[in-house]
Amino acid sequence: MTLNVLMFYLLSAIILIFSVLTITSRRMLRAAVYLLFVLVATAGFYFLLNYQFLAAVQLTLYAGGIVVLIIFSILLTGHISEKFKKPASWKLWMGIIALVVGSTLTLWTLLSHNFVKSTDIKAVPVDMHLIGNQLLGLGKNGYVLSFEIISVLLLAAMIAAIVIAKKEKSQKSDTL
Amino acid sequence: MIQGISIYHFLIVSSLMFFIGIAGFIIRQNLITILLSIELILNSVVINFLVFNRYLYPNQLQGHFFSLFIVGVAAAEASVAIALIINIYRRIRNIEADNVNEMKY
Repeated sequence: MTLNVLMFYLLSAIILIFSVLTITSRRMLRAAVYLLFVLVATAGFYFLLNYQFLAAVQLTLYAGGIVVLIIFSILLTGHISEKFKKPASWKLWMGIIALVVGSTLTLWTLLSHNFVKSTDIKAVPVDMHLIGNQLLGLGKNGYVLSFEIISVLLLAAMIAAIVIAKKEKSQKSDTL
Repeated sequence: MIQGISIYHFLIVSSLMFFIGIAGFIIRQNLITILLSIELILNSVVINFLVFNRYLYPNQLQGHFFSLFIVGVAAAEASVAIALIINIYRRIRNIEADNVNEMKY
């Protein structure tokens, strides 16, 4: 067993165990920390697949940004020591049935399908030069339109988040 | 292409992760935990994109770029969702999904 394969099994074990813990943990802060482990292990998958840039984005944006945001919101909206009440049993069974039926169906389809790779194509090395050129490219293999759309979307989301979370002025300060 | 690991290994892990996210979405009632399940679902989709790009079409970077955009959309979605959750908490002192119908006019 080479180191590659060992690393793959380690990372997938971390991902599966901690994603189950994320949805079953009854303390919210622990669930967020388990999600952090899942995200870091996913970044490990990206390193394994040789997409270093995306792994760095995953670590900084997801593990660094979103998880911190979620932990902040947990601290703002409740007590840390608070435990959830147990979910209703019909809900629990519905979730388990969705998990079992969905994954059985998907895995059965997946394993009975034969993925063919065209043999004559040559892999491109994923370096920063190529990523930058294609991300802002206009011609073939250029993604400048999606880049602009995502930048407008991020601006809109930022403004929306500020407007929604802003505290409304109280009546007293209006009259003053 | 990675030595010793086939495309099926990655796809099995990502589809299991996807359905664990779906199960969490159904089981949990807290809005923040539902958000955590959504993050799980998005991550499994990103793994799928990258695996298909690496194993089947390594001459292009399509899956790579769309994964990048998914990460951006996830950041936007998380920030708006958390702003909404904080606002809901301010109004009804509670972030259980069953109580949010009080927001209706």
